[in-house]
Amino acid sequence: MKILTGNDLKTGAVTWWTGQDWSLHVEDAADVGDEADAIAAREEGARRVNAPYAIDAVREETGGVRPAHIKDRIRALGPTVRPDLTLKPADPEVGNWVI
Amino acid sequence: MYRYDQYDQAMVDARVAEFRDQTRRRIEGKLSEDQFKPLRLQNGLYLQLHAYMLRVAVPYGTLNSAQMHVLADIADKYDRGYGHFTTRQNIQYNWIKLEDAPDILADLAKVEMHAIQTSGNCIRNISSDQFAGATADEIIDPRPYAELLRQWSSFHPEFLALPRKFKIAVIASDTDRAAMKLHDIGIRLVKNDAGELGAAFYVGGGMGRTPMVAPLIRDFVPLDQLITYSEACLRVYNRYGRRDNKYKARIKILVHELGKDEYARQVEEEFAHLLTQNIEPPLAELERIAAHFTDPAFETGLSDDLDLSDPDFALWVERNCAAHKQPGYIIANISLKPVGGIPGDASAAQIHLMADLAKAYSFDELRVTHAQNIVLPHVKKADLYTLWQKLEAADLGTANIDTIEDIIACPGLDYCSLANARSIPVAQKISKRFAETGKSDTLGELKLKISGCINACGHHHAGHIGILGVDRKGVENYQLLLGGCEGDDTSLGTITGPGFDENGIVGAVEKATDVYLANRQDGERFLDTYRRIGMAPFKEALYG
Repeated sequence: MKILTGNDLKTGAVTWWTGQDWSLHVEDAADVGDEADAIAAREEGARRVNAPYAIDAVREETGGVRPAHIKDRIRALGPTVRPDLTLKPADPEVGNWVI
Repeated sequence: MYRYDQYDQAMVDARVAEFRDQTRRRIEGKLSEDQFKPLRLQNGLYLQLHAYMLRVAVPYGTLNSAQMHVLADIADKYDRGYGHFTTRQNIQYNWIKLEDAPDILADLAKVEMHAIQTSGNCIRNISSDQFAGATADEIIDPRPYAELLRQWSSFHPEFLALPRKFKIAVIASDTDRAAMKLHDIGIRLVKNDAGELGAAFYVGGGMGRTPMVAPLIRDFVPLDQLITYSEACLRVYNRYGRRDNKYKARIKILVHELGKDEYARQVEEEFAHLLTQNIEPPLAELERIAAHFTDPAFETGLSDDLDLSDPDFALWVERNCAAHKQPGYIIANISLKPVGGIPGDASAAQIHLMADLAKAYSFDELRVTHAQNIVLPHVKKADLYTLWQKLEAADLGTANIDTIEDIIACPGLDYCSLANARSIPVAQKISKRFAETGKSDTLGELKLKISGCINACGHHHAGHIGILGVDRKGVENYQLLLGGCEGDDTSLGTITGPGFDENGIVGAVEKATDVYLANRQDGERFLDTYRRIGMAPFKEALYG
C-alpha cells in the first residue's frame, strides 16, 4: 500500500493521511493509491501539512500499518533511544517494531 | 568573555523581529515552504524526522552561566527537557514547534545568543580550542581572533551564498584540540623567528563524502592582516568553487583540483589586491574585543596539591582534568557520556547544574567541546573535590574523557532526516560492553567516533576507530574504519572491509582492541600501534 506522510506545519509533529484528515498514528494511515501527489498538493496548499511525501507500507495482520523503510518506522514511533518520548512509552517491546 | 555592544544587540534583535514576521507569514500561508525554508535555515531551524530542530550557535564554544541557564530553560519550556551538544560546539533541540521558534530566539537574544550561522551556505559558527585562555601550552588566547572572525563573517554580504557551507577553526597551541586541519580553513596562531605573532592558514580540509586534511597554504600571515587574508581565501573559493554539484562544492575540492600551490597563488594575488582596499578592521576594534578576554581574577600563592585518597576522585582527576596555566587551578572536563547514555545529551536539570557550578567554581565560564562534552576552564584545585561530588550526584562525574567510552556520535537515524543508520544505539552498546568488561581501563586513549551517514557529523573519518552507518537495501549496516586522527598528526581512517550489523559492529570493535592489546609496545596508544603494524593483523582478526 501507499501511504502519505508529512509534518504538521505549526508543531512539526509527524502526521499520516487518514483519507479525511491527518493523524499522529501510523495505524490510521489510509492507502492513497495513485492519489498521493494530488492529496499532498491540496493539503500542503491548505497549510495542514509540511513537506508531504508518499511511502510504501504494508498492512499488518494485527491491522496496523508498517512503513517499508526503517526511517519512516522511526518517524512513526519516535527515537528508539528514548522510549519515553515515543508514541508508546509504556510498551517495552515497541523498539522491536522499528527494527 | 565577549559581551555584545549596541551594534551586536541591535543586529540580533532585528533578526528576531524579522524571523517573527517571516514565521507569521508562513503560518498564515503567505509564504510557501519553498520560500520559507531558506529563511528558517538562516535562523538555525531545520525540519528533522520528528519535529523542527533548532541549532543554537555557541561561538567558539564559550558560554557564561546566564546563557547556560537559558539553554536549560529552553529545553524545559519549549522542548522535552533536554538538549544535545554537537560536534560544532553548539547545542540543538529536537522537538521545537514552529510557532515557538521566534520566542526562543527572543529568549536567546536576551542573553546575547542566536541561531545565526548554524545552517546554510555561509561561514558557520567559528570553533576553537575548548581550553583557550586556560591552558599553558598556547602562545596567546585565540578567542579574540575567533570573535573578530565571527564579527567579520556574520552577515558578510559577499559570503551569504557560498557554493557550500564553510567552517573555520582557530587555535593557538601546539596541541590541536579543535580538529583544525579538518576545517575549510584552519588557523593556527604562531610566532615567527622574530617573535612576532601571526597566523598559519590551512585551507581545504573537511570530512563528509570526500574527506581531506587541509594543506598549509601560508605559514605566516601578520595578525594585522588576518581578516584580509581570510577574505582572499573566501573570495577565490566563492569565485571558482563549484555550484553545479553540491558534492563537489566544498573548498576542499577546489583546493584539491587546483592543487594547493595554484590555489595559494590565486589567494596571494587576491590578497595583494585586497591590501590596497584597506578592509582590515582597525587595531582598536581587535583591542576592544581582546579586552573581554583578559584573565579572570585568579588568586595567587595557591597550592597545587590535591588530596587523591578517594580512588574514584583520583581516577576522575586523571581522566578528566588538564593542567591550567595558573598555579592552584585546573581545567575540568564534564563528560556527557555516562555508560550507556546518549553522547552529548544533557537534561535541563543537568544544564542548570553545570551553569551553577560554573558560577560557583569556574569564574562563570563554560566551554562546549567538539567531542560533545563540557569544560569548566578555571577551577581552583581546592574546590575540585566538592565540584566532583556535585557532578557525581547528577550523573555528570563519569571518568572517561578520551577513552573508548567517550564516543562522539551524531544524532543518526533516531533524529536526523539525512541519516542512513542509527548512531546512538551503537554508541550505547559499545559503551556498555567496554564498561562491563572493564576493558576500557586497559586501553588508554582511544577515540571512537560514529556517523550515521556519509556527511560525517560524527567525525568517523577522524576516529582512531571510526564507524559509518550505511543503508544496505533498507537495513542498517556499519563500516569500520581504523587509523583516523584529528590532532596534530591528523590522518583519515581506512575502511577495514565489509560492514557489520548492529551487534556485529560491537564485536568488531572489541576484536580490533584485542589486536591492539596483543601488539602494543611501550605504552603505545591504539593509534600508534595501528600505525606501526598496519591494517593486516586487524583484517585477519575481523575477517580471517
